[in-house]
Formats: sequence, structure tokens, C-alpha cells
Amino acid sequence: MALPSAHDGTAMTGLADSRNGDQGTPPGAPPDAIVDAIAGADVRRRVRFRALFVATWVVIIGGLALSFIAAGSFDVEFLAEWAPFILGAVPLTVFIAISSIALAIPLAVLGAVGRISVAAPVYALATLYVSLVRGTPLLVQIIFIVLALPRLVPAVNEIPLLALGVFALAFNYGAYLTEIFRAGIEAVPHGQREAGAALGMSDRRIMWRIVLPQAIRIVTPAIGNEFIAMIKDSALVSVIGVQELLWRAQRVGSANFRSLETLLLAAAMYWILTSIFSLFQERLEQRMARSDR
Amino acid sequence: MVALGDVVMKATDIEKYFGTNHVLHGVSLAVRKHETVMLIGRSGSGKTTFLRCLNFLEEPTVGSVEMGDLKVEADPLRVAGRGRKPDIRQLRQQTGMLFQDFNLFPHMTVLQNCIEAPVHVKGVNKDEAVVTAEKYLDKVQLLEKRDEYPARMSGGQKQRAAIARALCMEPEVLLFDEPTSALDPELIGEVIVVMEQLAHEGSTMIVVSHEMAFAREAADRVLYLEGGLVVEEGPPEQVLDDPKQEPTKQFLRRFLSEGAKAPTADDAEPPSPLDPAGNAYGSSLHGHGGGG
Repeated sequence: MALPSAHDGTAMTGLADSRNGDQGTPPGAPPDAIVDAIAGADVRRRVRFRALFVATWVVIIGGLALSFIAAGSFDVEFLAEWAPFILGAVPLTVFIAISSIALAIPLAVLGAVGRISVAAPVYALATLYVSLVRGTPLLVQIIFIVLALPRLVPAVNEIPLLALGVFALAFNYGAYLTEIFRAGIEAVPHGQREAGAALGMSDRRIMWRIVLPQAIRIVTPAIGNEFIAMIKDSALVSVIGVQELLWRAQRVGSANFRSLETLLLAAAMYWILTSIFSLFQERLEQRMARSDR
Repeated sequence: MVALGDVVMKATDIEKYFGTNHVLHGVSLAVRKHETVMLIGRSGSGKTTFLRCLNFLEEPTVGSVEMGDLKVEADPLRVAGRGRKPDIRQLRQQTGMLFQDFNLFPHMTVLQNCIEAPVHVKGVNKDEAVVTAEKYLDKVQLLEKRDEYPARMSGGQKQRAAIARALCMEPEVLLFDEPTSALDPELIGEVIVVMEQLAHEGSTMIVVSHEMAFAREAADRVLYLEGGLVVEEGPPEQVLDDPKQEPTKQFLRRFLSEGAKAPTADDAEPPSPLDPAGNAYGSSLHGHGGGG
């Protein structure tokens, strides 16, 4: 932003003025003209940078779009006809991402508490969960839950595919978030636990009232990153027939031999979604940085 | 000063090993009600370890701590299992601890810090806990900061808030672990003033600190520790001004020669130009306010 630096400039000018008024220019203090000139050059440099940035993007993206259309391989009318149907899946994609991460977080809290437990079986269970889930592909886990798990637990067949997809994503992300939460818990200064203990609090109360609330604040930015990754990984549940963004794009595309158009649209939508949430997360981080100690 | 009462806390033959490092060689201390005991000594003398053994934040290797009917024995091999935990928590509820770096809970306001343990550990009714908290916040002159978060307070205010938090549990004994060592020199005074007030009002206190002015003003007894043993013990004027033991003399000579100004009776004002930045205090022999 150009504004702060211009503001700094005027503040410095004001300082220089008062000095001049008091006892003349002290040695080494720059005259106003130079201060203004430096501030102005700063602003111009930033504006030029931004302008070039935007121009570069416009040229690349616009050029690609035009070349597609010019080559005749890109059917704009077809896309206009089917875009509402494909984009109609955006709310579902967002819903999948939000509900999966919401389910993964409590799972991760439990996992993290297990990963720092001194009880060997609890620690072993949590470690097995993390190792197993992180050591196998997410795609395998999703397909396994739908195709293989019903052989062991027939009741799984009764569960809607959407719920199974959300569960698979949550189960997987829970393992990654477990390690994030564990690191967050370990990042809370040891003195916090001592202060709780010195007040006579039980270990459990120290964990839930003192350590975890602070750990959650520490890991909030990392959860944001995981959420953005989740928006993209939600596309994987299309393989089990959940009719989200990628599923619709693929169906419409392959049925009409127009996959270029539909997949580009889906990709653009994922990009827009992740960009929106990245921006949102950036703001959140800035605000937390301000209010933090 | 309030007349001393019966013994409220008794530590017997406390020894501590860190691995093979023998830090405490058997330190005993019986503290009477209303008494203020000050532990001094160079870094590594074991004074902080001893203090932390009193509420089992550090598990002693040998020895026991008694408060009233409660007696907690060292259990290095953990033969008692979980059975001892309630006793330790009981002991901790009866002792308030102040830390070098305050350890206020940053996600809670000052008031929430103060009522957390009374409500959830002692089971005090929340309204009552708030009334008590406000009383003690007023005592440390932080009542107007009750809804502030610790991040927005100075070091001196944080330590005073931590004192209020400890007082809210209405403990029998207050343990101070170098409470001013992490403070900028100009903020030490406000904490010392509160500590002196507590001592004069009859709080029972065990203080590890390098604030010799506080020792003269408020302590009933000073213990000089070296190498994990109590080398010398007595009233502050005797230990500080007329030490009998050679190690004490040496320590005080070096300590005071690096301090600066002569002491006055109510010398709680810290700033000495020779002081290092506050945090160097605890680990070095630099000091202030002493002299002789």
C-alpha cells in the first residue's frame, strides 16, 4: 500500500519542522525537500510495481483465453449453456470442505492429546492413526471406505455417499492436523503448565483450560492452510460419485466431448475459491498478529 | 511487624539430584506464620531448586514437606504411584507461587486469571471469587486493569497481577522465585512495594531474590545458600552486614561492590546506572541497592 509511506513522509517532515523552529537544523537532519522526494519516489516505485504485476497477469491469462478461442477449440456458447449447472456444485464443494475440516479438528485435538500422552496404549493408538493415515494415499482411503469397508461393516452401505466422502476427508486431515496440534501444544511455554500446577490444577484441567486454548491460537494459521488444501482435495470424492464441482464438470465434459471447457471452468473455480479463502486467512493472521502479545 | 506464629511449613532434609548432578545436599527450613524468609546465593547455589521443591514443581530426590496435617514425602522411584497426587495438589493449593516471568495466562483477562483456580480448583462460587479477586487486585492497585489482557500490560503490572492471582487462592505461604529478575529496572520498585506491604501485613513468604533492600526492609530471616547447603542463616542485619562465614562474606563483597548506591531504609527504587538490563539480574552477581 502506498498510503503508509506517504504518511511516514509527512510525519518526518513535521519532525524536521519542529526542529527547525526550535534551534535550527541539527547536524545530519535532512531538509524537508529531500524527505518529501524520498517519500514520493517510494510511492511511485510501489505503484509501478503493482501496475506491472496486474498487467503481466492480464497479458498471460487474456492471451491464453484468446488463443483458445481463436484456435476454435474453445466453445464459449457451450460453456455459457452449461456453466450454471457446473457452478451449481460450488456450494456443495464448499460444504464438503467446511464440514470435513470441522470434523477433522476435534479428531485432531484428541489425536494430539494422545500423541503427548504418557499412557503407552493411548500414545500407541494415536501414533498408529497418524502413521497409517499419512502413510497411505487419500484416494485409496476414500475408495476403501466406499468399496471395501462395507464388506467388514455392512451397515456402511446405508450411509449416504456424501457423508462417507466427508468422513474420509476428515479422517485423513485429522491425522495431519494431529501433528499440527501436537506441535502447537508443545509450543505453549512450559511456564504456563507450571503456573497451572502451582495453583493446584489437575493435569487434565491444565490441558483443557490453559494449554489447548493457547495451542489453538498458535495453530490457527496452519488450520487455514489445511482448509485451503481441503477445498482442492474435496475434488477427490468425485470418484465415489459425490456430485460436486469436479464430478459435474467431468460428466458434462465427457458426455459432450467438451472437457477442455468444463475442466478449465472447474479449475478456475477452485482457484477463485482458494484465492478468496487465502485472502480471508491473510487478514485473520494480520489481526491475530496485532492483538498478540 | 506482625508477631510470628507457629510453624506453617516445614521442609526436612531436601536433597535433589538432576541426573548425577547433586544440586541440593539436604536443606531444611521451618517457616512460621507471618514470617518472611529470604534465600540468597549465587546462581547454581540451589536456592531456586529448593523453592521449587517446596511445592513439588521440582520433585525432591530425598526429603519431605509438611504443612499442618499434610506431609508429602519425596518419591523418586514413584512407588506411591498416583496416590500422592492429591496430596501434592493440596500442598500447591496452600502455597502461592510467583515466577520470574509471571506466567499469567495470556488468553484470559486479569480477572479471569484470578478466579480460574478459586472457582475450578477450590470450588468457590463464581460471584464470591470475583469479589475476592477484586479485593486483591485493589491491593496490588490493578483494579482498573481487571478486564485487560496480560499482553497489554507492563512487566511490573503483570507481576502484580500474578501476585493477586496467587493471593486469590488465600494460600498459607507465598513462594517468590526471583520475582523481579525479568523486570526492567524502573519497574522493580512497584513490585517490591507490594511485596513489602504483604510482608508487613503478616503474609508468610519465602523469597528467592537479589533485592538486598527488600531483605533489610521486610525479611525476618535470611539464608545464604552455596553448593546446595545453607551456609549461613540469621536476621538480615547479621547475615548481610556482619556475616560470620567466609563464603557469605565473599559473596556479599563481590555482590555489593558491583551494586552501586548505599542502602536507605525504604530503598525500593532500583535504578542504578551500573545495573545490567533487568534480565541479567538473576544469573549474575550484579545487584543494586545494597552496600555497607
